[in-house]
Amino acid sequence: MHIHRLEKIWLGFGCVMLAVFLVIIGISAFASGNQPPSDATLIDPTQVDQTKPFDKPGLKKIDDNRYEAVMVSQAFQFTPQNMVIKKGATVDFLVTSKDVVHGFEIVKTNVNMMVVPGHINSIEYTFKKAGEYLIVCNEYCGSGHHMMSTKIKVVE
Amino acid sequence: MNAISRKLKEFEMERGMPATAIGLKEAKLAFAHVSFSLVALLIGGLCGLLQTLVRTGVIPEIAGVGYYELLTAHGLMLAIVFTTLFIFGLLFSFLGQSFGRFEEFPRRLGWVGFWFMMLGVVLVTWMVLAGEASVLYTFYAPLKAHPVFYIGLVIFVVGTWISSGAMFRMYADYKREHNGVHPPLQAYMSIMTVLLWVVATLGVAATILFQLLPLSLGWTDKVGIELSRTLFWYFGHPLVYFWLLPAYIVWYTVIPKIVGGKIFSDALARMSFLLFLLFSFPVGFHHQLLEPGISAFWKYIQVVLTFLVIIPSLMTAFSMFATFELAGRRQGATGLFGWIKKMPYRDVRFLAPFVGMLFFIPAGAGGVINASHQLNIVVHNTLWVTGHFHITVGAAVALTFFGTAYWLVPLLRGRTLTKQLNRIGLVQTMLWTIGMLFMSTAMHISGLLGNPRRTGPAAYFKDSLVADWIPYHVAMAIGGTILFLSILLFLFAMFQLAFRAPKGMEEFPVAETEEAAMQTPLFFENWKLWIFVTFALIAFAYTVPIWHMIENAPPGAPGWKLW
Repeated sequence: MHIHRLEKIWLGFGCVMLAVFLVIIGISAFASGNQPPSDATLIDPTQVDQTKPFDKPGLKKIDDNRYEAVMVSQAFQFTPQNMVIKKGATVDFLVTSKDVVHGFEIVKTNVNMMVVPGHINSIEYTFKKAGEYLIVCNEYCGSGHHMMSTKIKVVE
Repeated sequence: MNAISRKLKEFEMERGMPATAIGLKEAKLAFAHVSFSLVALLIGGLCGLLQTLVRTGVIPEIAGVGYYELLTAHGLMLAIVFTTLFIFGLLFSFLGQSFGRFEEFPRRLGWVGFWFMMLGVVLVTWMVLAGEASVLYTFYAPLKAHPVFYIGLVIFVVGTWISSGAMFRMYADYKREHNGVHPPLQAYMSIMTVLLWVVATLGVAATILFQLLPLSLGWTDKVGIELSRTLFWYFGHPLVYFWLLPAYIVWYTVIPKIVGGKIFSDALARMSFLLFLLFSFPVGFHHQLLEPGISAFWKYIQVVLTFLVIIPSLMTAFSMFATFELAGRRQGATGLFGWIKKMPYRDVRFLAPFVGMLFFIPAGAGGVINASHQLNIVVHNTLWVTGHFHITVGAAVALTFFGTAYWLVPLLRGRTLTKQLNRIGLVQTMLWTIGMLFMSTAMHISGLLGNPRRTGPAAYFKDSLVADWIPYHVAMAIGGTILFLSILLFLFAMFQLAFRAPKGMEEFPVAETEEAAMQTPLFFENWKLWIFVTFALIAFAYTVPIWHMIENAPPGAPGWKLW
């Protein structure tokens, strides 16, 4: 099949760029561990209140610079509300849902994931700047979807 | 007198006016689809306008109809009903142009499909407006809509399958009668488009019939959410190409004629459509990159497969600009970019699709960002995605359909596009461009600032962090208003073209292929092979993850009605 010379160059350039791009993403994913949140842990969505650790949702200090935030999302709120942590600390967020699919996004950070009933999703983040961070639900969950939010205060 | 001119003569006598390339009965079938798609455009556009105004706080919520009802209606009316009806009308026109008259049986089948679609639309619209189905057009299991909503969707999809069957039958008949000859390019591309639709809708049919409808009827009390979402997005991404391919048919076969050029290469055009069929399926997970329950490895595999779609997109871009340049040079353009001045910008049939193509350049780049394994986390579920969606479907596809309608509607109705209506078309295109620039730019930027998508009015406005989103909502409302004015102007022009414009013959613009272009290889017609490869790729991309989802399924989730 004859293909025009210029088109060959154009497609060749495109394919090479594509390969380069995918290799970079691949190295970042598999060598540096930059994987999207893909937690495989399961939970019964009707038994969240009775299942550890979600029977006691809240912020737990693990050591000086590390917290675990066990969070439950439910139409139309996150539990717990208004967490306070120290600047520079790393937080492991462990989130599940009691009813429908929710989103979990900390505005102006790279924390963003889906919260699906029956599953636990998790992500970690280090808060390097002090201030108030807003957490919103970014996946439509019903008529109060736009009211669903909580906050993290990062103090010096 | 050869067969074609005899056919044209018959048409002339039948219509009492100069012949067009489509028979009267074929034109009626296509016009029925197109005209009802315009009704959907009006309703969907109105909902979009109200949404931007409600969200900005310009107007309070309208009595009884909340923001999410508007959002559901807007999405369904424009992304499903307008596009699908217009596309089926357009494809019937292409087949009419390619094959001349339809046989009695497939034509009647086309009507049966049309009435199924109509019934489905009525049921779905009724449920949405009654507030029984505010699940948006992506369903969001385990949100539970009224059973009639799902039944309406099933009837709609079955209607499209009946019409697709009619088209397959026409194509098969043509092939049988013309042994060893390639069916016309427009027919090949049309069949590729409906084939893609039929394979794609298998996924959404599966989740509705086996998961959502039984849940809604109370036959089951739990639903597997990840499986439902995976089946939806198995459909949801090829759906994007179902919208895009008819626009590409116009770009490949109609635009060259309008700019006074030729199709750059018949074989490459067919090949790009074939690649779209193969590559648009094993890609659904890039919509689910941030979801639990799917391994990061399989997400990456699908990201790689997703990016293969870039290749036919690059081929399309090359073909378009090669066509423009060759046409311009033939008309005396000199220098590297002299041909740019030779394009017929004052012809709405060119201008609207051309602006659509320009929108598609940033739209495609944004698509690469959205589908990237890690970059997605920055924009996932923010208004950025909504902005992306609006410059792909809402600009590239919609503008191409607008530009097409300016010749298609008068052609189907035996009328002509007048200078005055062409001028209205230019203004309408300009309004759409400006409105879309306002709206999509505001959406993209505020999305990068973390503004979530699909949220109702006054969300978190008291938070100081989100105060900087407000100006963007204002820009979106301004854009939305301009877009709605453009729709009104378009519908006015369409009414004129369908019922008032002078009778006559509008040309069906179909370009010829460049003489120097290569011969089209016959393996493009090996449908059994290509359908097999398509399903093999689907099996490769989905079998293990879906097996994993079923094997390691959480206890199902009960349904909810939270609106």
